[in-house]
Amino acid sequence: MPNPLKCSLCTQPATVHLTQIVDGKVHKVDLCEACAQAKGVTDPSGFSLSDLLLKASLAPSAAAGLRCEQCGFTPGDFKKHGRFGCPHCYETFQAMLAPLLENMHKGVTHIGKVPRKALERKSLYDRLTRLESNLGDAIKAERYEDAARFRDEIHEVRQTFEPPPAQS
Amino acid sequence: MTISALLAAPSELTDVASSKTAIVLMTRIRLARNLAGTPFPGWAKPAQREKTLETCRTALESASPLRRAASAAVGELSDLDKLMLVERHLISRELSGSAGPAGVVINKEQTVSVMINEEDHLRLQVLRAGLQLKKAWGAINDLDSALEERLDYAFSPTLGYLTACPTNLGTGMRASAMMHLPALVISSQMERVVRAVNQLGMVVRGLFGEGSDASGSIFQISNQTTLGETEEQILSRLGSVLDTILEHELNARAKLLETDGAKLYDKIGRAYGILQQSHLLSSSEAMNLLSLLRLGIDLGAFPAGTRAITDRLLIEVQPGHLQHAARHELEPGARDLLCARLLRSEFANFAKPDFMLGGRN
Ligand SMILES: [Zn+2]
Ligand SMILES: [Zn+2]
Repeated sequence: MPNPLKCSLCTQPATVHLTQIVDGKVHKVDLCEACAQAKGVTDPSGFSLSDLLLKASLAPSAAAGLRCEQCGFTPGDFKKHGRFGCPHCYETFQAMLAPLLENMHKGVTHIGKVPRKALERKSLYDRLTRLESNLGDAIKAERYEDAARFRDEIHEVRQTFEPPPAQS
Repeated sequence: MTISALLAAPSELTDVASSKTAIVLMTRIRLARNLAGTPFPGWAKPAQREKTLETCRTALESASPLRRAASAAVGELSDLDKLMLVERHLISRELSGSAGPAGVVINKEQTVSVMINEEDHLRLQVLRAGLQLKKAWGAINDLDSALEERLDYAFSPTLGYLTACPTNLGTGMRASAMMHLPALVISSQMERVVRAVNQLGMVVRGLFGEGSDASGSIFQISNQTTLGETEEQILSRLGSVLDTILEHELNARAKLLETDGAKLYDKIGRAYGILQQSHLLSSSEAMNLLSLLRLGIDLGAFPAGTRAITDRLLIEVQPGHLQHAARHELEPGARDLLCARLLRSEFANFAKPDFMLGGRN
């Protein structure tokens, strides 16, 4: 008897075979009955093949042993959920993600809209944090001339920006 | 304004606005956005999700495009309200089934809706009747910029807007058009169209039914990729794919009329008869009949003004809307009875088909 194809998500024999051609690239995924049901393959309105392909083609070994320091996410979690834990995961699992993105998108670099206001606010906020820490250091080291300068700068930055929203 | 009050009012889709356009019923654009330094909803602890819900609701309610909008936590909505919101494309099935803290904000006109704690912290959506990619983009871009004043988005200069799923990275934008393609379905060309469209990096989905055999021959065409192009580039690519599909549908209609007009008129005439006389209709059969009638309107067999009626009914024959009209929950059998009754009364005084109007046999 020929060796049956295994399900891309578990180890059961696959009975459902899907093919999608996107931008000339052929994507294939094989599923067992149970996984096909669970992933809503039978309900096209709720089913995303790209989502399945993403999980099936993932090689967590590239990120083996890594763990997101901000949210505790691991490559195994990604294999299970097909979603990341937090924005910082994108830095943590960069190596695992890079080969996937090439297949998934038109390009690998963002050239669209930029949240200008939010970025300006963040850079001012970062500058303020840095100045405050400098001020603390200067006072501790009794460098009072520097401290006065930092205090003036802090005042200046505060004038130019409204406090960030409560969540940060 | 409450969600219930909102559902009692007509939506952009059930509105007469759609009568201006034939093949493209509606345009939708959604943007996925997340808060910096905050776990995505699927991974966040309940307390974090609760905090995200609050932060987002506050920001949304004060954004000018959403002043006087209706807003609710998913837990506050009845099952029927949720079902109707899904049928009006204002929330996703995923959000409606969400157990933890999640919410939705919808403007009075039902053209803007924002889901909170769905797959991403924020899913902004703008919806317009007809083919209006530019206008929809303008509206959602403004809303997004207004929110950016109040919220710190998770953003990377190289990867763009960071989303829970890497398939949405970059622009986080999914633009789509809902198209009525009965002639491509009747002439068995839909599968070929789906394949061709996939090759161009776009996705076709039957909106209400199975695969290419969608109920009502209504399909949703959307962009597959979100990273590596500007929003304008994605929209212009989608726009030209939509134009091509539209042209194919028109050609298929002309071909059907030319080769076998009688067969097509027979289908439309029978649909008219069933809509006027049946006593049991499932939502999906009703949609197929309405779809044929809509084709008849496009072909000039019925007055153009009646398209607004079929478009409204395409929404109103869906299970949630039928139960809302009945003011209580209905078993599928009772629903079919009600659906047929609704259509009998709507079509009692509907103009008779006149296939001469279209200038044919
Ligand atoms: Zn399986
Ligand atoms: Zn993380």
